[in-house]
Amino acid sequence: MSYKFTEDHEWVLLEGDVATIGISDYAQGQLGDVVYVEVPTVGDEIAKGDELAVVESVKAASEVYSPVSGEVIDVNTELEGAPTMVNEDAMESGWFARIKVTNSSDLDDLMDEATYKTFVEGLDE
Amino acid sequence: MLNNKGRPTQPAAISEMDTVVETFTGNKGLELESPLIFEQGVPGRVGVDMVDPQPVKSRLGGLERKDPIGLPDLSEPQVLRHFVRLSRQNYAIDAGFYPLGSCTMKHNPRINEKVARLAGLGDLHPMQPTSTVQGALELIDSLAHWLKTITGMPAVAMSPAAGAHGELCGVMAIRAAHEASGESRTRILVPESAHGTNPATAALCGYKVDAVPARKDGRMDLDAFAEQLGPDVAGVMLTNPNTCGLFETDVKKIADMVHEVGGYFYCDGANLNAILGRVRPGDLGVDAMHINLHKTFSTPHGGGGPGAGPVVLSEALAPFAPIPFVTHGENGFDLVEQRSGAAAKSFGRMKGYHGQMGMFIRALAYMQSHGADGLRQIAEDAVLNANYIRVGLEDKLNSPFEGICMHEALFDDSTLKGTGVTTLDLAKAMIDEGYHPMTMYFPLVVHGAMLIEPTESESRQTLDQFIGSMRHLLDKAKTGESDYFLSAPHYAPRRRLDETGAARNPLLRWVPPEPAETEETSLSAAS
Amino acid sequence: MRYMPHTAAEREEMLTKIGVGSIDDLFTDIPEESRLEGLLDLPLHESEMVVEKNFRKLAAKNLSPYSVPCFLGAGAYQHHVPSVADHIIQRSEFLTAYTPYQPEISQGTLQALFEFQTQVALITGMEVANASMYDGATSCAEAVLMACRVTRRKKAVISGNLHPHYRDVTHTTLQFTEFETIDLPPAVSGAERVDDHITSEIACVVAQNPDFFGRLHDLSALAEECHAAGTLLVVVVNEVVSLGAITSPGEMGADIVAGEGQSIGVPLSFGGPYVGLLATRQKFVRQMPGRLCGQTVDQDGKRGFVLTLSTREQHIRREKATSNICTNAGLCSLAFTIHMSLLGESGLTKLASLNHSQAVTLAEKLEAIDGVDLLNDSFFNEFTLRLPMNAASAVEKLGEKGILGGVPVSRLIPDDPEMANLLLVAATETCSASDMDDFVATLKEVL
Repeated sequence: MSYKFTEDHEWVLLEGDVATIGISDYAQGQLGDVVYVEVPTVGDEIAKGDELAVVESVKAASEVYSPVSGEVIDVNTELEGAPTMVNEDAMESGWFARIKVTNSSDLDDLMDEATYKTFVEGLDE
Repeated sequence: MLNNKGRPTQPAAISEMDTVVETFTGNKGLELESPLIFEQGVPGRVGVDMVDPQPVKSRLGGLERKDPIGLPDLSEPQVLRHFVRLSRQNYAIDAGFYPLGSCTMKHNPRINEKVARLAGLGDLHPMQPTSTVQGALELIDSLAHWLKTITGMPAVAMSPAAGAHGELCGVMAIRAAHEASGESRTRILVPESAHGTNPATAALCGYKVDAVPARKDGRMDLDAFAEQLGPDVAGVMLTNPNTCGLFETDVKKIADMVHEVGGYFYCDGANLNAILGRVRPGDLGVDAMHINLHKTFSTPHGGGGPGAGPVVLSEALAPFAPIPFVTHGENGFDLVEQRSGAAAKSFGRMKGYHGQMGMFIRALAYMQSHGADGLRQIAEDAVLNANYIRVGLEDKLNSPFEGICMHEALFDDSTLKGTGVTTLDLAKAMIDEGYHPMTMYFPLVVHGAMLIEPTESESRQTLDQFIGSMRHLLDKAKTGESDYFLSAPHYAPRRRLDETGAARNPLLRWVPPEPAETEETSLSAAS
Repeated sequence: MRYMPHTAAEREEMLTKIGVGSIDDLFTDIPEESRLEGLLDLPLHESEMVVEKNFRKLAAKNLSPYSVPCFLGAGAYQHHVPSVADHIIQRSEFLTAYTPYQPEISQGTLQALFEFQTQVALITGMEVANASMYDGATSCAEAVLMACRVTRRKKAVISGNLHPHYRDVTHTTLQFTEFETIDLPPAVSGAERVDDHITSEIACVVAQNPDFFGRLHDLSALAEECHAAGTLLVVVVNEVVSLGAITSPGEMGADIVAGEGQSIGVPLSFGGPYVGLLATRQKFVRQMPGRLCGQTVDQDGKRGFVLTLSTREQHIRREKATSNICTNAGLCSLAFTIHMSLLGESGLTKLASLNHSQAVTLAEKLEAIDGVDLLNDSFFNEFTLRLPMNAASAVEKLGEKGILGGVPVSRLIPDDPEMANLLLVAATETCSASDMDDFVATLKEVL
C-alpha cells in the first residue's frame, strides 16, 4: 500500500479495492489558497479520465480527473467547510473521494512516489 | 493700535509628529467613510414623500405581507451623503488615466447623458403604440445605419445587451444557419488567447471548443488552424485586433479557409476602436461581429454595466437575426416583434423589449459628434497613443511580440524576474501614483501580462507622465525596494483586501446584528 | 474634434518618437487591398449644439408617457424616480468607472453592490442575491439554467402565465443546450394545473407573481409539491414594488427568484437598460451566475468589499462557466439601490399600498363600464380587462385621443382569438384622479 501519482498531480492510495484520491502537495502549492472543492456525489459511476472534482483557488479553477474507474463510495464532506485542509494536509485529511475500483490495473501506469518526485523536480527547472 | 489678532496664515513649523495619524471617526480629511446603509436607519424616517393611499378594499387575494422586510428608513440628505461618500472611494476615467487593456476606457461625453434624458426619449414606455414612438424607431434605425456603414456589413441585430450577449447572438445565428441547411456541426475554433467569454458562449450553443495556438509573432497559427479545420467546424471566433493588441495579418485568409469548409467567421469586436474608419470588418470576410457600444462608442461603463452589444451580420446570417427589429413600413417605422413574416427564420428573442435604448441614444450622439472624420481620427490617435507608450517603455519592459501594436501595448513580466515584485504588486503601486492599473494576467498566453490601452482621449502630457511614472516604478523594483510594492497601495481608501477569506466564507449580504449589539450599532451610525 | 487632445504638431512629434514617417505606417498590418483610403460614407463631425438639436427633433416625434395619462405596464412600469437617484448615478466616480476589479480603488461601487444584494435578498425573502443581470427576462433564463445545474435535471416546466418575453428568452437561451422546457398555455380563466407536470425529471417550475395578467398566487402549495419531487421553484417578479405589499417569494418557498428591478430607480427608456434580479438560497450560491460582491477585510483589518467567487465566471472557467454573462447592470443596480434606500421599509410599503389603491380605484371605475369585464380575482397594480372590441384597435383609438390606455395582450400573445379583446391596464402612483377619469370617459367613447 503506497501512494501513486498521475502527471496531473493527483494521488491515489489503494487499500483493497478502494482508492482514496486527492491532489499532491506540489499541486496545492501551485494552486495557492484553495477556497472551495466541488466533490462528486456518493453513488456516481466514474470512468477513468472523467472529471471527479473541481478545486478552486481565488483566481483559478482546476478540474481533477479520476485516475481510476469505479463507483464513488465516500466523499470528504469536511472540505466544504474547511477547504484549507487541502493546503494544510493535501496528502491525508485533504482527500477528495473514495472510489471502489472496478479494475485495479488502472493504477499500473501511475508513478510511484520517487518517480513523481523526480517528475516534479523536472517541472520546476 | 496694531491689531495682531486673527488667524495664522503660514503653517506652524513644529510638526515632528508621525505623518500617519489615527482619527476618531476613521475619516481622513476628504476621505470619508460611510457605514452600510443598513447601519444608518431609524424607523420612521422618510426619504420619499408621497400622498396617503385612498382607503380601498384590498384585492391582494389574501397575500398581504405579514412580516417586516427589514429595510432601513433614512431621510433624503442621509441617502445623498451616503452615496456621495461612496462615490469618492472610486477611481474613474473622469478623474484620471485608466489604461485598462481591452476595456477601452475613453472619455464619456456629457452631451450623451443629457440627450438620453430628454423627455420623449428616456421616458418612453416600450409597449407604447408604434405610432407614438416614431422618433425612437428612427433613432434605432439611424444607429443601425451608422453601425452597418462603419463595419461594411449589410445587417445588424440591435437587441443584445452586452458584448458576451452579442457573442451569444452571433454564435446562435451561426448555429441556426447551419441547422437551416440541415447541417449539424459540432466544433468552434478559438485562438488560445481568446476572451474567456468566447468558449463560454460556444459551450452555451452546444459547441465543443478547440483552441488554436498562436505563432511566435502573436497571431493565430495558420498551419495549426488548417489542421483543425474540417466539415465539422461550425465557425471560428477571432478577436481582431486580437487580445495581444495585434492585427491578425492573415485575417482574410482565415476567413477564406473557414468559408471553404462551410463554416462562418465570428469576429469579437471588443477592439473595434483600433480600426474605426481604417478598415471595415465586412471587407475582411467577417460573418458576424458584436460591437461593444460601451467601449468603442463610449456609453459609460457605469461601474460594470449596463452595456450594449449589437451584432452586425453578413447576408448569410442576417435572416436568422433575433427579434425584435425595426423595419420601414407603409406608415413609417415598424417593429417586428414576432417570429413570423420577415422574422420567420429568426433564432428567437434575447431580452425583453427592444434592446438597450438608453445606450443606443448615447452611442448615436457620440457618433454624430465624431462624424466620419472623427471616427477615423479615433482609431489613429488610439493606435498612436498605444505605440507611443510601447516605445516609451520598451527599454524597461519586454514586449513579447515585436513590432507595431494596434490600440494597446502588451508587455510580459520578465523584467521583474528576481525582484520579488510581481505584475500585481506593480499594479498596486500604480494606484499610489494615481493611475488605474492596466489589465493584468490577460491574455493568458503571456506570462504576467500587462496590457495597456491608453485610448485616443488622452493627451501627450498624460502619456508622458504615465511613462515617467512607470519607468520610475520599474527602476525602483529593480533596485530591490520590493517592500514598497508588496505593501502597496498605501494611498487608497483600502489597502489590499483578503480575497481568499472572502471566497472561503462568502458573506454576500448584510445580516442584522444580534439584538444585544443593536443599540451600539445604531448609536455609531448616528454619529 | 473636441474629444481628442492632440494637435497636428504633437501627432508629428509622437510619430517621430515612435520611429515611423506617417500614421499610415502604424496600420500596415491591415491587408492592403482592404484599407480604407477615404472617409466612411457618413456625415462629418458636429458641434454639441447641433447634436443636441438632432436629438430634440427625434424626441419631438415621440409621445412622452409623462405628458399624457399613461396606464402601460406588461413588465415595465412608470414610477417616479427621485432626483437624488438620477443625480448620483451621473457622478463621475460611478458613471465612468469600470467593473470593480481593483477593490482598493472601487469601494464605492462595491459597497453599493453589497447593499444592492442585501436589498434584493430582503425584498424577495431569499438568502442571497447576485449583483444583477441584464434584465428580468435574461434573469429568468439564467434561473432555469441554474436550476438544471443544481438538480442535474434537464427539463423545466414554464407556467403559461409567465410574461411571453421571459418565456421566449428562456427558449432562445436553452435551444442549443441539452435542456428543454414544457410550456403550459396561458390560462386566462381557471386555475393552471402546474402540479400535474411535476415529476422527478423536472429541474424547476417557473411561475410568475403577480402573473402576466396581473393575478396574485399563493405559491406555497406549489413549492411544497416541487420540493417533494426534488424540483426547484423559480418565481418571477417583474413588478418589484408589489413586494412591499405581498408575501415574498421566499416566504412562499421559492428556491430562485428572477426579477425585473426597473420599477425602482430605473427610467422606462423604451425597454432598456433595465436591471435583472436573481436571488436564491445560500446553498446554491456556487451555481449562481453573474457577479457577486462579498465582504472581507483589508490588510489593516478595515471592512471592505471585493468581487468574489469569480471562479464560476467565464473569464476563469471559460467553457465550463455557469454562464457566458460578463457584465451586470451596474449603474441601473445603483439607481435601484439609491431609490430603495430613499424608500426604506416605510416608503416601499407605502408606495406599494398607494399603487394598489390606485389600481383598485381604477379597476372599480373600469369594470363599471358596460361590456367591460375585469378578469382578475386579485391583482396588485395591474389587471386584465376583456373589452367588447379588439383591444389593439381600442388602444390605437385611445392613443389618438392622447391616452396611453394599456397594452393589448395580443401584442405579446398574437394569433390567439381568446386574447384579441384582452387589455392589460396598470395604475401606479404616477396617475392622478383626473388621468383616471379621462381614461374612463375616453374608453367609453371608444367602445
